[in-house]
Amino acid sequence: MSESGLVATTWQKLRTGDLGVLPVAVVLVLIGLVFQVLNPHFLSADNLVNLTQQSAATGVIALGVVLTLHVGQIDLSVGAVSGLAAAVVAVGSVQLGWPLWLAVLAALAVGVLVGSIYAALHTRLAVPSFVFTLAGLLVITGLQMRVLGPTGSVNLPFEWWLVRFCQTAFLAPATSWAIVALVVAGYAAGRATDRIRRVRAELPVAPLWEVVARVVALAALLSVVVAYLGTNRGVGAVFALFVGLVALTDLLLRRTRWGRSVRAVGGDAEAARKAGVPVRRVFVSAFVACSTLAALGGVLAVGRLAAANQGSGAGDTNLTAIAAAVIGGTSLFGGRGSAWSALVGILVVQSISTGLTLLNLDQSARLVVTGLVLAVAVTIDALQRRAREA
Amino acid sequence: MTVVDGPVLALRGVSKSYGAARALVDVDLQVHAHEVVAVIGDNGAGKSTLVGALTGALVPDEGEVLVDGSPVTLSDPSVARGLGIAAVFQDLALCANLDVVENLYLGHEAQRGLLLDEVTMEKHAWELLNQLAARVPSVRVPVAALSGGQRQAVAIARSLLGEPRVIVLDEPTAALGLRQTAEFLTLVERLRERGHGVLLTSHSLADVQAVADRIVVLRLGRTNGEFDAARTSYEELLAAVTGIQR
Repeated sequence: MSESGLVATTWQKLRTGDLGVLPVAVVLVLIGLVFQVLNPHFLSADNLVNLTQQSAATGVIALGVVLTLHVGQIDLSVGAVSGLAAAVVAVGSVQLGWPLWLAVLAALAVGVLVGSIYAALHTRLAVPSFVFTLAGLLVITGLQMRVLGPTGSVNLPFEWWLVRFCQTAFLAPATSWAIVALVVAGYAAGRATDRIRRVRAELPVAPLWEVVARVVALAALLSVVVAYLGTNRGVGAVFALFVGLVALTDLLLRRTRWGRSVRAVGGDAEAARKAGVPVRRVFVSAFVACSTLAALGGVLAVGRLAAANQGSGAGDTNLTAIAAAVIGGTSLFGGRGSAWSALVGILVVQSISTGLTLLNLDQSARLVVTGLVLAVAVTIDALQRRAREA
Repeated sequence: MTVVDGPVLALRGVSKSYGAARALVDVDLQVHAHEVVAVIGDNGAGKSTLVGALTGALVPDEGEVLVDGSPVTLSDPSVARGLGIAAVFQDLALCANLDVVENLYLGHEAQRGLLLDEVTMEKHAWELLNQLAARVPSVRVPVAALSGGQRQAVAIARSLLGEPRVIVLDEPTAALGLRQTAEFLTLVERLRERGHGVLLTSHSLADVQAVADRIVVLRLGRTNGEFDAARTSYEELLAAVTGIQR
């Protein structure tokens, strides 16, 4: 391909959104560089470790939002569900004396239940999801207050495993490097088998140097992250859990029958039904997965703060999670996006927040800037959709 | 493919009413293997109802649907598919955000273990499209990027996956340009060469004459003549469709 041809195809892919999360990742790097110029502490290992740790809980919620957006729906109550889950964990374990694991399971069960109710409302009664999840937001916030009771705030002891897992647990350097080695080896093996099978089947294949370059790039990226964070406290356990969930969801979305049905339903539910896709079950799985991930996000948040109160999951949690999914490049129009957009999106939002705090700007500036970034992301999403249809 | 001399798919005395409106009245029809049958008629002549009765989308009030001479009840499109009758609807029912391979196998993906087997699906997709001589730039582009004719080729290729014996095409040329229509007509000839029986509905007499072996005219829900495509003039067909006496 000639150089101008390559530029033209790349531009076309950018215009239609076929480059995936790559452009947002570039934006993330730019944001990092700009804040580093403004405040030399921004890219310090200490700050980046904090940033990753703070991203995890809301990132898990954003991952759920990615799934509902994929089927062309939205859940506006994820923040409230995470708050209710936090309240259930705290009240159950501290005030009612349940074992902590039981309280966590109960919180996740709340997520499953809420998602099932949403799915039933959508598939049986065809109520638009933004309306019933908005109603759910109010109902669930009310339930959260009721669960917390008159004191409105419950603290968790710092020595409990959930708090330690979310606050002070970091992967040992050996563990981090073992995971990096396994992931890179697994990726290389997968690419290689795929290529060999394609050659045997006489299908077009990417040039060998491209495969090698991808493996090397992945190895370099992971090594840099692990080595740099390792100069401080390392990779946090809760962040590793978040990234693991993202990778798993990505695999499910791209390489399984379920993932394909999700994208098909998001693209054209009626066509998917005619093709034999169990559309109703796909909607149920997306809503349940979203609410359950929101509940898990709430559980991680209660661990991180060692407390649950009426502010848990309230305010900007909801909007941050939804904004992260969209900023990461998952389309509001359904059927397009990537699990990785939850990771990249939440890192963008969290970087802006941390960066502005380091510049001594307050909450107001943070909200305004994040809002503007979201507006840009939604506009790009709409423009890309138009470019695809043209 | 079983060797049966008679028609693969037939309707005998089929009627269907919607309330007081009689959409089909006592219609007989046969489709053989290696044969292209065209059903023509004006709007409201009963073409869509006929397609529905053949593909299991609706059950007739009276009369029989016969597959290989034995009466069957097509209660559901999946029953029809199981009996070797595939339908390609006017809206094609493709997901524009999925690529060609994804659309072809949607709901019936090949798997290796728990993961999708993209290599097998992609290889088979190319074979199928090549058999149909369908020109598609790549099987890995989203269907949104394809022309109307290419999308139709994808929809027809999908209907072939279950190795059907009869393919029912509802208004296949309605949304196509001139060149795409020409390509489509070649594609239908390929289907006939492969041994499929093809039934298509249309209100373009010219298209139908170019490709059909037999032409059945529907008028106000009744059969208004059956013609040998090679020996019938445009005027005769037009007269049968409109009901004008010459």
